[in-house]
Amino acid sequence: MEINFTHHQSAHCENGVISNLMKHHGFQVSEPMAFGIGSGLLFCHIPFLMVNHAPAFTYRALPGIIFKRFAKRVGIKIKREKFKSPAKAKAVLDKNLENNNPVGLQVGVYNLVYFPDEYRFHFNAHNLVVYGKENDTYLISDPVMEEVTTLTDKQLEKVRFAKGAFAPKGHIYYPVDFPKELDLEKAIVKGIKHTCKDMLAPVPVLGVKGIRYTAKLIRKWPKKKGVKKANHYLGQIVRMQEEIGTGGGGFRYIFAAFLQESSKILKKPELSELSKEMTLIGDSWRDFAVDASRIYKNRSAKDDAYNHVATQLEAIADKEEIFFKKLRKAIK
Amino acid sequence: MKKDEVPQDKSNLESASFKELCYAVDENGEYTTVNSSGWDPKTIALNKAIEDINQRVDEAKQRVLSNQTSPIEYYMEFHKMDLPILASYVGFWKWRVKRHFKPQVFHKLSNNILQKYADTFEISIEQLKNIDLHHGN
Repeated sequence: MEINFTHHQSAHCENGVISNLMKHHGFQVSEPMAFGIGSGLLFCHIPFLMVNHAPAFTYRALPGIIFKRFAKRVGIKIKREKFKSPAKAKAVLDKNLENNNPVGLQVGVYNLVYFPDEYRFHFNAHNLVVYGKENDTYLISDPVMEEVTTLTDKQLEKVRFAKGAFAPKGHIYYPVDFPKELDLEKAIVKGIKHTCKDMLAPVPVLGVKGIRYTAKLIRKWPKKKGVKKANHYLGQIVRMQEEIGTGGGGFRYIFAAFLQESSKILKKPELSELSKEMTLIGDSWRDFAVDASRIYKNRSAKDDAYNHVATQLEAIADKEEIFFKKLRKAIK
Repeated sequence: MKKDEVPQDKSNLESASFKELCYAVDENGEYTTVNSSGWDPKTIALNKAIEDINQRVDEAKQRVLSNQTSPIEYYMEFHKMDLPILASYVGFWKWRVKRHFKPQVFHKLSNNILQKYADTFEISIEQLKNIDLHHGN
């Protein structure tokens, strides 16, 4: 049984699932639109959590939240379920496929066999669509892949019930109720406002302040943690910034694309100008990654090099602070 | 980032023969998507992470062979896990898993408990007890 579902590759998994499911139901929602309305852009140094023996950073909202916000803002309803029993999870999935309903699933990456080995870490916030089943093989549309793929029921069960931080617990979700027309304008404004609020939040680990906080940590790492750990941590920042599905530059380019699209919908040329500015900020993030990679490439880095990239980050924080203040004004 | 600046470096994506999608602006300043084969700064970060893990696996192996830790720690490192992840897979408290790292405790574990670890690592109990039988490396 195969549902007539069109796979479009996207940069990021969750936006891609939203965009692909919406398109399936006849609503043309681009990936940047889904990301922007769902206020996906963020910077957060997640306190107390260690991932791969290094502090955890994220450049986007936590799993599930982007879709949740998107749904609320455009007025669609999503059904979500989590399970304790794998058998029950499978039954619900099969039932949906029988009803010709493609569904989104949250999965862990470690046992995702079609991913390159180097990308298979215990990372549980990946998303994909299941659009059919043939015997014991499920037809998979993974938004970050160029083509569709398959997983056996055993393989699928494993990734649906991966353990650790953000364990998916068989998490299944799909839209159930749509308005006649999506009210994009209001949704865009809400999405942007929320992103500005997050990025300018008076919380030390979040948004612009989070970037400054991270820069401060980087200055301390070589003395406090030793060069080896400092390099490992720095690598983690870059890996999260450029993980598969960021579209590059820590999601900043996707956000710039969203602003450009929004400027046309809202007929606000200011947003198009701000989009250009965001593109430049994305470029600064890339420059940061290039310089950081120089440090962890040669093991014997000097303290000075860490201070240099920390200064770079602080400059980015300054730029983003000015940017989001302007953006907040532009949509008032 | 301009369309022609999207990096096309050699990377580990090649082994799975896919390219990732990036957003970039075209000549008219309009956003579009471009496939990228990879980017060196990211590839280096990934390779370093893998290198670190391999080193951790090797160190764990040496400690198992010199009877400083149990094979559970070796298999944990091999599967890129840490203590919280392993604990949630086998369904024990972290302190209990940590205790099972002690060789003298490990040798007294019941088959029931050993089976849980073996299932998690997808190996037999014999392989769990003797890391020389592990063919993963």
